[in-house]
Amino acid sequence: MTAPAAPLTPVQAPGVPRMARLLRAREAGTLALVLLVFLLTTLKNHNFASSGSIQQLLVGASLVALLGVGETMVLVTRNVDLSVGSTLGLSAFVVGNLFRTEGIPVWSGFVIAIALGATVGAVNGLITTLVKVPSLVVTLAMLYIIRGLDSKLVNGNIVVPSQVPHAFIEVGYETVLGIPWLAIIVAVVVIAVGYVMRTFRPARELYAVGSNPDAAALAGIPSGRRVFVAFVTSGALAGLGGALFLALFAQVDNSAGLGYELNVVAAAVVGGVAIFGGSGTVVGAALGAMLLNTIQQGLVAVNSSSFWDEAIAGGLLLIAISIDRLLALRVARSLRSAEGAHREL
Amino acid sequence: MSSDIAPPAAGAEPAAGAGMQGARPDRPAGPRIRQSLWQQAGRWEVGLVIVLIASLAFGSSESSTFDSQTTLFYGGINAGFISIMALPMMLIVVTAEIDLSVASTLGMAGALLGDLWHHGWGLWPALIAALAVGVVGGALNGFLVAKAGLPSIAVTIGTLTLYRGIAEILLGSQTIPGAGDRTFPAWFTKIGVVPVPGTHLSYTTVFFIVLAIICGVVLHATPLGRSLYAIGLQPEAARFAGIRVARIKFWLFVASGLICAFAGILLVAQNSSVSYNAGYGLELNVVAIALFGGVSIFGGRGTVLGVVLSAAIVATLQMAMTQMNIDPNVQEIVIGALLLISVVVPSLGKLARWPALRARRSRS
Repeated sequence: MTAPAAPLTPVQAPGVPRMARLLRAREAGTLALVLLVFLLTTLKNHNFASSGSIQQLLVGASLVALLGVGETMVLVTRNVDLSVGSTLGLSAFVVGNLFRTEGIPVWSGFVIAIALGATVGAVNGLITTLVKVPSLVVTLAMLYIIRGLDSKLVNGNIVVPSQVPHAFIEVGYETVLGIPWLAIIVAVVVIAVGYVMRTFRPARELYAVGSNPDAAALAGIPSGRRVFVAFVTSGALAGLGGALFLALFAQVDNSAGLGYELNVVAAAVVGGVAIFGGSGTVVGAALGAMLLNTIQQGLVAVNSSSFWDEAIAGGLLLIAISIDRLLALRVARSLRSAEGAHREL
Repeated sequence: MSSDIAPPAAGAEPAAGAGMQGARPDRPAGPRIRQSLWQQAGRWEVGLVIVLIASLAFGSSESSTFDSQTTLFYGGINAGFISIMALPMMLIVVTAEIDLSVASTLGMAGALLGDLWHHGWGLWPALIAALAVGVVGGALNGFLVAKAGLPSIAVTIGTLTLYRGIAEILLGSQTIPGAGDRTFPAWFTKIGVVPVPGTHLSYTTVFFIVLAIICGVVLHATPLGRSLYAIGLQPEAARFAGIRVARIKFWLFVASGLICAFAGILLVAQNSSVSYNAGYGLELNVVAIALFGGVSIFGGRGTVLGVVLSAAIVATLQMAMTQMNIDPNVQEIVIGALLLISVVVPSLGKLARWPALRARRSRS
């Protein structure tokens, strides 16, 4: 049996109308859940649908969604990046500190943040691919090293709003046509990376590496190089996340981004990214972040005791991955029976 | 010195796990030089012993009060409960699963203990209830992983949030015992103040040692322990060999829940109080101790001795650096660097052979 030259993804499957394909996609389920939570919350509290509240929803999800994009790229290759939270924290402080001491121009804040994050990602990627050690261990170690470095740099000397240029902070709260800048930036990244991940060969190869490493190697895919690029992208986006964190909160101490790593992984998993690689999209991860954030803010809006938030979020996460598993089993069964029917013909 | 409890065959063949989830994509397929079992299994632990001696020497050379009894005592107090959680974690990682809910289970058990105490329960019934909630939490993890077949890393990120959330529901923002509460009985809270009679060891340290011995015997000297390695290396093959993979994984998670609840009780005793965020965010520290102890994240490799040594090194370094007034952030860097070195150095041999491998691959 020979493999087809270009594997057919569900998106490319012929003979299915475009609309039906969109509705059947895993992301549609997540989006429907987001809307459902939104509607249910709005029924109980009409203010939840106000433009201010919707802006809050978008802004609240944007950082985790942004980090989720990079995390998805790493996860589909069967790796994981646990250092994203620390990288975000380091980048946020370094940029804030440069504004304070050097008075660098606003645009360079973003450039430095991305470059710094990419450097961390390159270290992760180099160690993981060159020395061939598990990325979970490497990025766990980097989580501590970078957080330690960050705390050492901060050393009680936190960045406060008055030290950050006004134009930079505006990115955090200004809106265009009612949509926050922050959400626009993240949406552009999500759509751009989502398009690349769907369309271009090197990006498709990330899925190949993750779904069957041996087969990918035999097919001549330079796995190491692809995984390296995934880590650099994840780091760069975490760095950008740091700049956006600074713009959003205008204040940075050494706890910026603390514990984000597991939230980001959770968002990706809720959005349908397989933790063991090979499947999932960045749009799914971003919607996963939206879902978790909408649930969280929805709980606040319906005025249930805030003590319940975490438990409910955890329960929903478990339900999400269980449903995902059930769906996967059903798809596998229907694929098997379709194959059987095909053979009989 | 490590040979008596070092693992034989199964633990000594990491490359055989290549079929596992998350295995390295392109492990070089070149011929491997076979080493004796003792060499392969013992090497890492020997390295850890050297690091432990070095960190003890470092501590006592830099601080005159370092090797006093109080250091031993407080070292155990500070790192003991994390180290206790590293033991079941290690067993779970050997089977190529992971439990990220450990710190939240600790928090949930402590919170239940505090809540029941607040509502006038006796200490013993409350302790038993706290252990029971740990068992239930572990059983939920075990059910979702072993029976429902969900990936443990995703499941336990979910229960991490869920169990911490339950702790928050139970205690809210209050600290138990608060104003108007009974204080915990003295025999309970003295666990964090006095050493075990006749020694300089804290109770936490002694519990850790006892649990480590139990885990060591189970892992290295029973068929059950051997089967954990088999599960970690090749779950399919293990199943065909008649090992009840799902059942064993289920009970491992239950054991993890129970032991983490026990660690939670110890933490309440040490602090003489409890709030919902006890042990918050420590899950990755627990994983780090297990991995630094030479446990492979892909399963099938690791010894209890390694984890004990790793816990001792971390506790020693923390104490030494704290006594030298090195700020906690640098300590974090040191621990992270150690973890990184621990995975990179053993692989450097591979790196050195890389150009040759590459040349061979491009020829073929």
